[in-house]
Amino acid sequence: MQRALTLHQTTIGKKVVMALSGLIIVGFVIGHFLGNLNLYRGQEALDDYAHLLQSLTPVLWGTRLLLLFAFGAHIVSAFSLWSRNMKARGSRYKKHQDMATDYAARTMYWSGPILLLFVVYHLLHFTILPEHPGEVYRNVVEGFQNPWIAGVYITGNIALGFHLFHGIFSAAQTLGANHPRYNAYRRDAAIAISAAITLGNLSFPISVLAGFVTL
Amino acid sequence: MSEELLNLTLHVWRQDGPNDAGRFETHQANGISTHMSFLEMLDVVNEDLIERDKSPIAFDHDCREGICGSCGMVVNGVAHGPQKLTTVCQLHMRQFDDGHEVWLEPWRASGFPVVKDLVVDRSALDRIIQAGGYISIRTGSASEANEMPIAKAIADQAMDAAECIGCGACVAACPNASASLFTAAKISHLSLLPQGQAERQDRARTMVAQMDAEGFGGCTNHGECEAACPKGVSLQWIARMNRELVRSMVRSDSGTKSGRR
Ligand code: HEM
Ligand code: SF4
Ligand code: FES
Repeated sequence: MQRALTLHQTTIGKKVVMALSGLIIVGFVIGHFLGNLNLYRGQEALDDYAHLLQSLTPVLWGTRLLLLFAFGAHIVSAFSLWSRNMKARGSRYKKHQDMATDYAARTMYWSGPILLLFVVYHLLHFTILPEHPGEVYRNVVEGFQNPWIAGVYITGNIALGFHLFHGIFSAAQTLGANHPRYNAYRRDAAIAISAAITLGNLSFPISVLAGFVTL
Repeated sequence: MSEELLNLTLHVWRQDGPNDAGRFETHQANGISTHMSFLEMLDVVNEDLIERDKSPIAFDHDCREGICGSCGMVVNGVAHGPQKLTTVCQLHMRQFDDGHEVWLEPWRASGFPVVKDLVVDRSALDRIIQAGGYISIRTGSASEANEMPIAKAIADQAMDAAECIGCGACVAACPNASASLFTAAKISHLSLLPQGQAERQDRARTMVAQMDAEGFGGCTNHGECEAACPKGVSLQWIARMNRELVRSMVRSDSGTKSGRR
């Protein structure tokens, strides 16, 4: 325990915390997406699925607590590293040319907070203050028929896609998975996973807006 | 390659010491041969400055053959300048076009205070080495070369990590001014070899603690260091350093605390 605490005090330990908490959230995001596919099976399927989750009280609260813990650890470490990294440069370069980084990596401190705002909005919208409590399918479809609400979900999930792409790649490196033989595939794997989740999630508001999914 | 003569405009960072605010100064570099190295070009400019009773531009250098790690400056926003895998002393003026504007800045990092102009104090890297980048050996006559067999693949890996010359370009290029690539190269080089095993339990812990204590930032896996490194030191060593650190945190070490032997 002493050691684990010391580890967390190092910059690398904080990265390990970010990677592990990030991966817990990624696992949740994948499960969440797969469950939401019930939207395409119709009103009854989605509502039944939602009621099933509600009835598994210990699982539901266990997952919620784990996610709350993961989000907390992720954000606290991100903030601590961010404030340190801001100070480490000292004076700014007049000229600077990027050689290797990419858009997703440079915007982690934008996509992350956008995601946080989105998650808060999303919880308020469907979980805490739903329009019609218990009628999940109706809430989703009526919600996404409003282009503003659909727009919030589309923006949030685009941010998710970028955050996940650098996050998954970065977590592999942070946790020490780096070997010349499979390094080339790490990027591809990160693209594949983040694209699958993002496009899948985007399909929900778009299908409702386009009229494929109706009440 | 035929010789040409270049006229360049230099915008050089001038700073009198760590507490001076610093500013850019513009100088002409005229009649520069494309065969010259970048530092020889600066020598020409400095001779002219000295003749005109002005203070010459201070920059670090020693071997001028790309092996000592003394030289280094940011040229047009790129550490060590535009040529890949090349220290600024080995950069040649044929990489530049006539009439070019060239911006010269020191490594900018809180861990590297500016001594003067383009010279920074990199003793933070020495302190990281002192924290654990050594092995304990009996001194005396050299041991027999084949006494300790090392597999070729391992020796090659250790050599790749050991290529680091400690120039600090990785810190200069990193968006967080992180010294991870340097520290990782040193930890990896020693942890791969049998001679480095005695202190292995502690090495990652003490060196990473020193790296953090020097005020360098953390790694965010952008890869700028690897792209800037004149020796092609790979990001794979940062992944290895992270594994070494976690390993040293979870394994109990019986009495191998560094400094106690
Ligand atoms: C809620 C607000 C969030 C903030 C402020 C935030 C911020 C960050 C930051 C700054 C990084 C470090 C990037 C780097 O070092 O290169 C990061 C990494 C990561 N994020 Fe987030 N994030 C948030 C939410 C999320 C969410 C919702 C997920 C997953 C769906 C996620 C997954 C990850 C992963 C897997 C990493 C990789 C850890 C690593 O660098 O090794 N994050 N996050
Ligand atoms: S890792 Fe490369 S860039 Fe960093 S100090 Fe060593 S040689 Fe220089
Ligand atoms: S002066 Fe020695 S590496 Fe450039």
